[in-house]
Amino acid sequence: MKMFIADYQSLPERTGQVFKMDGEEIVLFRLSSGEVRAIENRSPHPKGGTLSEGLVSGEYLFCPVYDWKISLQDGKVQAPDEGKVKIYQIERDKDHVFIVK
Amino acid sequence: MGKKKLVMIGNGMAGVRTIEEIIKLAPEAFDITIFGLEPHPNYNRIKLSTVLQGDTTVEDIIMNSWEWYQENHIELFTGETIVKIDTDKKIVLSDKGREVEYDELIIATGSSSFILPVPGADKQGVTGFRDIQDCETMINTSKQFKRAAVIGGGLLGLEAARGLLNLGMEVEVIHLMPHLMERQLDPTSSKMLKDELEKQGMNFIMEKQTAEILGEERVTGLRFTDGSEIAVDLVVMAVGIKPNVDIAKDSGIYVNRGIVVDDFMHTSATNVYAVGECAEHREMVYGLVAPLYEQGKVLASILCGAETKPYEGSIVGTGLKVSGVDLFSAGEIEDDENTKSIKVHNEFDGVYKKIIIRDNRVSGIVLYGDTKDSSRLFKMLIKKEDVSGMTSVSILESGCCGGGVDSNDVAAMADDDIVCGCNGVTKGTIVEAIQSKELTTVDEVGGCTNAGRSCGRCKSQIADILAYTLGDKFDVAAEKTALCGCTTLSRDEVVAEMKEKGLTSIREVMNVLEWKQEEGCSKCRPALNYYLGMILQDQYVDDRDSRLVNEKMHANIQKDGTYSVIPRMYGGVTSAADLKKIAEVAEKYNVPLVKLTGGQRIGLYGVKKEDLPVMWEELGMPSGYAYGKTLRTVKTCVGAKFCRFGTQDSMGLGIELEKKFERLDTPHKVKVGVSACPRNCAEAGIKDFGVVGIDGGWEVYVAGNGGTDLRAGDLLETVKTKEEVIELIGAFMQYYRETADYLERTSKWVERVGLDHVKEILANENTRQALNARLDKTLLKYNEPWSEAIENKEIQEKYYQKREVPVLV
Ligand code: SRM
Ligand SMILES: Cc1cc2nc3c(=O)[nH]c(=O)nc-3n(C[C@H](O)[C@H](O)[C@H](O)COP(=O)(O)OP(=O)(O)OC[C@H]3O[C@@H](n4cnc5c(N)ncnc54)[C@H](O)[C@@H]3O)c2cc1C
Ligand code: SF4
Ligand code: FES
Repeated sequence: MKMFIADYQSLPERTGQVFKMDGEEIVLFRLSSGEVRAIENRSPHPKGGTLSEGLVSGEYLFCPVYDWKISLQDGKVQAPDEGKVKIYQIERDKDHVFIVK
Repeated sequence: MGKKKLVMIGNGMAGVRTIEEIIKLAPEAFDITIFGLEPHPNYNRIKLSTVLQGDTTVEDIIMNSWEWYQENHIELFTGETIVKIDTDKKIVLSDKGREVEYDELIIATGSSSFILPVPGADKQGVTGFRDIQDCETMINTSKQFKRAAVIGGGLLGLEAARGLLNLGMEVEVIHLMPHLMERQLDPTSSKMLKDELEKQGMNFIMEKQTAEILGEERVTGLRFTDGSEIAVDLVVMAVGIKPNVDIAKDSGIYVNRGIVVDDFMHTSATNVYAVGECAEHREMVYGLVAPLYEQGKVLASILCGAETKPYEGSIVGTGLKVSGVDLFSAGEIEDDENTKSIKVHNEFDGVYKKIIIRDNRVSGIVLYGDTKDSSRLFKMLIKKEDVSGMTSVSILESGCCGGGVDSNDVAAMADDDIVCGCNGVTKGTIVEAIQSKELTTVDEVGGCTNAGRSCGRCKSQIADILAYTLGDKFDVAAEKTALCGCTTLSRDEVVAEMKEKGLTSIREVMNVLEWKQEEGCSKCRPALNYYLGMILQDQYVDDRDSRLVNEKMHANIQKDGTYSVIPRMYGGVTSAADLKKIAEVAEKYNVPLVKLTGGQRIGLYGVKKEDLPVMWEELGMPSGYAYGKTLRTVKTCVGAKFCRFGTQDSMGLGIELEKKFERLDTPHKVKVGVSACPRNCAEAGIKDFGVVGIDGGWEVYVAGNGGTDLRAGDLLETVKTKEEVIELIGAFMQYYRETADYLERTSKWVERVGLDHVKEILANENTRQALNARLDKTLLKYNEPWSEAIENKEIQEKYYQKREVPVLV
């Protein structure tokens, strides 16, 4: 299923935007490359926490609470830490961003 | 002639060390094949405790990488078990049906956890503590379950228990004997250890014997022989180890408790040797690496035809790798009528030392709480030094409370003093290696001498020896530490390049200085943002997205993703009207916690991110910056306005300082205290800047710290007027801003550069004025961040909104 989630222009570069959808919190990141990535707003750290305010660098996100480095491509936490964030598939035309579920 | 075929069964610490020694002695002598049951290359088993305790990862403990085996042309079969040795045909057979011939065979199968033969011991959730898999079992269990029991209160059991605590489990340690680690500690030191571990959160069930493990498929509890029961979800058996001798036994090799070897590690079968925990030498089976490495050295020499002394057994010393516990034990632990012992028990400092002397020689050592003397005493014990001419003071150099001469002072050490107990490496060997091979780091020393490559306890001493041997050269090596993993340049080099090349943005810095990761990381981005702002004073456009969460959001993130709101309350002074406003906002937005902070103001905790801007607006107060690398609070005492002892207006000066310096970016947070007399009710002695009123003037203290490393401030100057105080603090602050590393508090910075140096700089009137001028120029650029967010819709949308997406059905 493909659902409209946001206008591309409304996404600021390198700052997470939180969307509440059906009880879930999804964060969209517009990278410097122009690509958009979507992950669940929950840190894979055992103590939890949110991810939307993390620092974005290239294809990576640094978790705001525990400074874990997370790939926005596959959701994998980078060594030495371990874990995985749920990622969502995104489709986009010029002006619209869709989430594929 | 072809090379001889050397086969080794077991790919663990003792065996691989033996191979390393062989390669050193005769790199071309053998075709080497190794079989290992575990699916990993050789790793540092000792460090499993640290892996479990969360300090290291499995990758970090690999000692010989896959490449190492390749480079040395070693054929390695992992995940493959040898099931039979045919000593007549000289062949080993693996569980995969592989047959390999040998000319020489080393058995290095180590040992396994001893699993108590009680009913239920095979249930899910019961594990030993021996290998990576056991660690993984424990780590995974801790994610789903809460209660753990460790059976066995010895070294392994306690290290496992500490690890499980770190993993967030509740831990019961069950011990058969009345004292923990009874083989290494006497009752007094054992009691001290138990008290400390209880403080750390461990529970103990002493003098209980496990009778049965309860549960269906998975363990749910334990029953003891007295009938009592406890509920648990995980059982770790740490009651002892059992040498892996079965294949040797089945192949007709003589086995007692371990595989019996002579002084040259030869077993009863020709061309078959044993080394490590599986070997029994002169009725001893060792469970620590130091003696096993000695065995390996002897065996390697024998196999390579090099000259060697026989292995004659070892005396071992033990420590415990649990943070907050410092203990060492070797030799005898109990005195009797034929011994004279020196005992020191300082209950106040938690230090206990017992040196047992038999026939004028040290025969036993138990140290708790202060182990500085351990290597010196251990050497006396091993060398059987005659101590009859010595006094108790000279035997126990560091005295009763940990003070006295630091026998770890590397200059005072003799060349044959052991530095690394695990690997038997002396100071002389290390110094020699540093000089002849021009080594500059602890890792390089480990690479050449093996020192520090096992438990790692000796690394700080190796660093001291490096510093001592290299002198100035070491400083150069140590100082050139890169800013972060994205560059090889140091902080000073980066700042110099910024100034010289006139770089004006983070992106430009990264491009010009060839950053390895294009957009940097969470270490360099905030640091570069700070340095640029510091250099370009009022011109730099701050990159908000390069700040970490708290500064980006102007609120402190909490563990559940909510925030705290802490408004300014200058100098800790408020009014009834402001208190009312705070109360109303707290009530209206259902703030879960209203608390006085440690910085003399009121904090509202647990605020939703979407509510931040409205709450700020309704409060109508400026941000207290309780989250920033900037001025936090200025704590004041009530002072001369009301207090009968007060000599100065501390509140007035405090408020003035807070208003002047608020919002300024600094390398780390900066805290200030102002008291109006030396009673110092504002605790100015532990602040970055502490001002204390005296009759007719003010004392200005700097570089105090009340946090992790407590440090009392140093008196910088005594001045007459408050204008002088402000000018002095301004100059000091700006010099700190310009020269400190990002994230270096004033306390650490002053220790690094030296207070005298700073005093010298500030002594010059012109310099002071110039510093203040640059500071004042910088201060002009700041806006109040909360009002900025209230007024600017773009900021609100970008940082504080959560959007609802309607779900279409
Ligand atoms: C709010 C407050 C506790 C309280 O409820 O009272 C507090 C809360 C935090 N402190 Fe603190 N510290 C608070 C006063 C202190 C004090 C006491 C003081 O300022 O007089 C100290 C010791 C004094 C000192 O710093 O010299 C203190 C030493 C620390 C340290 C250790 C700093 C050090 O150099 O060793 C940290 C960690 C750090 O900064 O890296 C820290 C870090 C933190 C952080 C910011 C941790 C974080 O990054 O999340 C805490 C945020 C909690 C939250 O959820 O908002 N906090 N912290 C206090 C805020 C005072 C204020 O009004 O601004
Ligand atoms: C948690 C923990 C903490 C420790 N802390 C310390 C410490 O602080 N200081 C210290 O000195 N020592 C410590 N030790 C002990 C130290 O790790 C051992 O003494 C050392 O590893 C023994 O080396 P080894 O080569 O004899 O055996 P191991 O390292 O156990 O290696 C033997 C290998 O052989 C394999 N093997 C067995 N049978 C076969 C077969 N038939 N075919 C193929 N492969 C086989 C095993 O799977 C194993 O990988 C600790 C041990 C543990 C478990
Ligand atoms: S520091 Fe001195 S003046 Fe200030 S309240 Fe305490 S006693 Fe009074
Ligand atoms: S003392 Fe254990 S590695 Fe040196």
